[in-house]
Amino acid sequence: MATTTSRLVPAVILLVVSIGQAAAQTAPPESRARAHRRPIDPLYESVRKPEPAGPIDRAVFARLAELGIEPVLCSDTVFVRRAYLDVIGTLPTAAEVRHFLNDSTHRRAALIDRLLERDEFAAYQAMRWGDVLRIKAEFPVNLWPNAAQAYHRWVRESIAANKPYDRFARELLTSSGSNFRVGPVNFYRAVQNRTPEGLASAAALTLMGARTDAWPPGRLRGMAAFFSQVGYKPTREWKEQCVVWDPFHTLARAAAGDEMPRGFDDEPPPLVPQPLVAVFPDGKAVTIPPDRDPREVFADWLVRPENPWFARAIANRIWSWLLGRGVVHEPDDFRDDNPPSNPELLACLERAMIDGHFDLKRFYRTVLNSQTYQLSSISRSDDPAAAANFASYPVRRLDAEVLIDAINKVTGTAELYTSPIPEPFTYIPRDMPAIAIADGSITSPFLTLFGRSARATGLEGERKSRTMPSQWLETLNSTHIQRKLEDGPALKAILAPDRRPAEVVADLYMTILSRPPIAAEKKAIAAYFRSPEARATLAVDLPWALINSYEFLYRH
Amino acid sequence: MNPSRGPSDPGGATRREALRRALLAAAGLAAADRPSLAALADDFDAPTRAPAPDLASVPAAARAKSVIQVFLWGGMSHNDTWDPKPDAGYDYMGEFAGVIDTKVPGLRINQLFPRLAAEADKFSMIRSMTHGNNGHETAAYLMQTGHAPGERLAYPSVGAVFSMFKGRDYKGIVPPYVVLTSAAGRFSEEGFLGPRYKPFATGGDPNAPRFEVEGVIARGIDDGRQEARRVLLDGLDTMGRAMAGNAELEAAREAKARADELILGKGKEVFDLSKEKADLRDRYGRHTFGQECLVARRLVESGVPYVAINYPGGWDTHSNHFATMRRQCPQLDQGLAALLADLHDRRLLETTLVWCSGEFGRGPKVDWEPPWNGGRNHHGAVFSVLVAGGGFRGGHVVGESDGKAEEVRDRPVYPVDLLGSIYRLAGIDATARLPHPEGLEARVLPAASEGVKAAGLLAEIM
Repeated sequence: MATTTSRLVPAVILLVVSIGQAAAQTAPPESRARAHRRPIDPLYESVRKPEPAGPIDRAVFARLAELGIEPVLCSDTVFVRRAYLDVIGTLPTAAEVRHFLNDSTHRRAALIDRLLERDEFAAYQAMRWGDVLRIKAEFPVNLWPNAAQAYHRWVRESIAANKPYDRFARELLTSSGSNFRVGPVNFYRAVQNRTPEGLASAAALTLMGARTDAWPPGRLRGMAAFFSQVGYKPTREWKEQCVVWDPFHTLARAAAGDEMPRGFDDEPPPLVPQPLVAVFPDGKAVTIPPDRDPREVFADWLVRPENPWFARAIANRIWSWLLGRGVVHEPDDFRDDNPPSNPELLACLERAMIDGHFDLKRFYRTVLNSQTYQLSSISRSDDPAAAANFASYPVRRLDAEVLIDAINKVTGTAELYTSPIPEPFTYIPRDMPAIAIADGSITSPFLTLFGRSARATGLEGERKSRTMPSQWLETLNSTHIQRKLEDGPALKAILAPDRRPAEVVADLYMTILSRPPIAAEKKAIAAYFRSPEARATLAVDLPWALINSYEFLYRH
Repeated sequence: MNPSRGPSDPGGATRREALRRALLAAAGLAAADRPSLAALADDFDAPTRAPAPDLASVPAAARAKSVIQVFLWGGMSHNDTWDPKPDAGYDYMGEFAGVIDTKVPGLRINQLFPRLAAEADKFSMIRSMTHGNNGHETAAYLMQTGHAPGERLAYPSVGAVFSMFKGRDYKGIVPPYVVLTSAAGRFSEEGFLGPRYKPFATGGDPNAPRFEVEGVIARGIDDGRQEARRVLLDGLDTMGRAMAGNAELEAAREAKARADELILGKGKEVFDLSKEKADLRDRYGRHTFGQECLVARRLVESGVPYVAINYPGGWDTHSNHFATMRRQCPQLDQGLAALLADLHDRRLLETTLVWCSGEFGRGPKVDWEPPWNGGRNHHGAVFSVLVAGGGFRGGHVVGESDGKAEEVRDRPVYPVDLLGSIYRLAGIDATARLPHPEGLEARVLPAASEGVKAAGLLAEIM
């Protein structure tokens, strides 16, 4: 910390002199002082000046002006890589990069349209939903394998068909039927605590972006009533379970998923229908007649455009997936004492979601086409407010799944994904990318090491992106990665001995870093591969260096 | 109430409170949790765990700085090794009737262990280890966590617990929990503590001309090339330079520097057995297990808190039993005896706790009939554990099995007794709460109230 401060001192003096007294009065002097000028880096940045492209940009840029930050756009080569990784979780091929760079003047918008129609879009976004919805067969949520597959299939198909989000949420909340056949009923099974309070907490976290442990006491109790008639009914099939509306509580609620509720074969006891009193999280009470499933009453209240939680939570969540953090941060922690960093921006996002009638692809498209999303990732301010106000695109390590998929794609190799429980072991076809794995129980040592979500809580923070020394041991020096580099057929084809060295280098850069090499890099490479012997025996050191560069390992 | 741990002993209470506070800080728990934690801890300490032996002789200061665990995966026969019953006859003793004296009067072991016999003053032998579990995975879980298998939580192993408690003060380059050479497979050492507490499994073979430690020493890439590669990597770090000062990349750089200390710097030297004298290497035995023991000594010498050697070979001898024992026991004898002697010579045995055990023993009665043709089955009712150093006194025998080594005759020792003693000697509070990712209640060892069988810490050899 001390060194950072001392390094900043000359910049501070320069800025105060150049900006002058008048400008300093319009903004808090401290934040103004932390912004610094940096020349445009043509490799990673565009010389084109960003112009607000809509209300989102206007809301962000107004705040950046207050902070004294002049936003800079990213270069085309940065954009193509960023868009592929963020939208479809997949590295672009060299051919795809070249195609993009030769495209028309509206190449960025055209690329966004193409990516949103790719199969991998549904796969990758379903992976993120899998974390939020806790799609995992075994410990600790115990959906069981068939149910995890059914749940994931429903999510993935909903995304691929661009199902409006209000319908998606309604199906999650109100479905009934078998966990094997009706995917969304697993919403009520993917919780460890299946009490009405536990179910209400899961609904609040998932669909309202709210943690009920931060709520005033009483709010959760009132909401829990909507979930007090959810029943779980076993069938004769192994690990099959029906989620049903059970107004008379004929099924004793099973505490654990594998317990057989009592009364399964009994006649329901004769009961007089009673109206149910429940309280919405906004404090309004409702009396639900005995012929209505209370889950539907809750869903009706939730998915209205004027609901203060619903549209805001999903808009902020997708924003955080694309921009690295939410306007409300963490994106699943909406509460009065955790205000949005930019309320105008959050309002814009919410409006975009509602005006688009919960069309998620349209929302992605709007955000991806914004200048804010397309800003450079080279920071020009050390003010913490800069990051919270999206002054630059934040650098983040690739997700575990995305990283191993990228390494496999570059090298032309595959992984073995397995689940040791339940027996017999589950194996996944070798050509399936990690982003498409349905079930969080199916894994590999690499995915665990690189912080894949344990899918236990549904919190966004369960996915760990902090870089640990053991992860470097893996990418720099493990047998696992070394074998891929030495034996991978895709890499061997590029490194074929009869090819010209300049072509080899150009292809490696395009394949691994999605851009051509610059002069200084060519020089460093030429120095390393001075002799033909070095070229022959050390060839693999070049892709080794590139996959261990920050430029490969990090979204930028 | 135990005299050494009661309120009359302010030193002990303060130490425990300090530990508890450190743990609470690590777990990020609210201050409000403290009173209930203390209450539970007192409950654990209360004399519900009968019969509690006298612990007055147990030293207050933590004596074990490091632990070397030799795990005999598969379950080693106890009566063919450290608990022979020569009077039980051929059906029990099979091909190994020969029993030898040791340096300790009255302690006799199987003739397959002459070198250990000569070092018997340095270790004690528990001959009444018991848990009654005959499944590999469940018994291994019991022996390495102390918790009953089948609970809802997957507890971390003793090594992961060490790595959490001791790792905090440990500043070495090598990770705090090392496994030689591969992890145990279907046993998840880190449990719910998560990947951060996973052991560092070295891979490779320390008996090979070059010990290729996974992630540290790459196959077919010599040191010169490693260094040249770094020059290339740094030369191509264009984005890193463009983003100098970026906090995310700075953190990654620090993590990389730690990895590089292992790959390029001093870190990897600890694995370089060419630095040892040839005759010492010979004494340990020129086989994988012997050289693993030597690596383990080098690791604890450099301060690594927990080293687990998963024996490089199985002990699950349902068939072909006697041939397997003939092959493996001499190597186990040589490596273990050399390790104890070497630790002793370097005055490291006082601070290094060594324990050696399988997940259970093997059926004392030989299965002569086909298809076993002279094999032994799983046996969790009674078996033997060797413990040494780190505060354990040598030259003693704890407990006794019956005349045929089938059941405990005297002084049963349960997993919580053994692990509790190890934690005690290492200064780790066995009642301390572990940080569960969902904030669930979880402690290092189960409390007496959980109905776990316990017969008291190994006070007689502490």
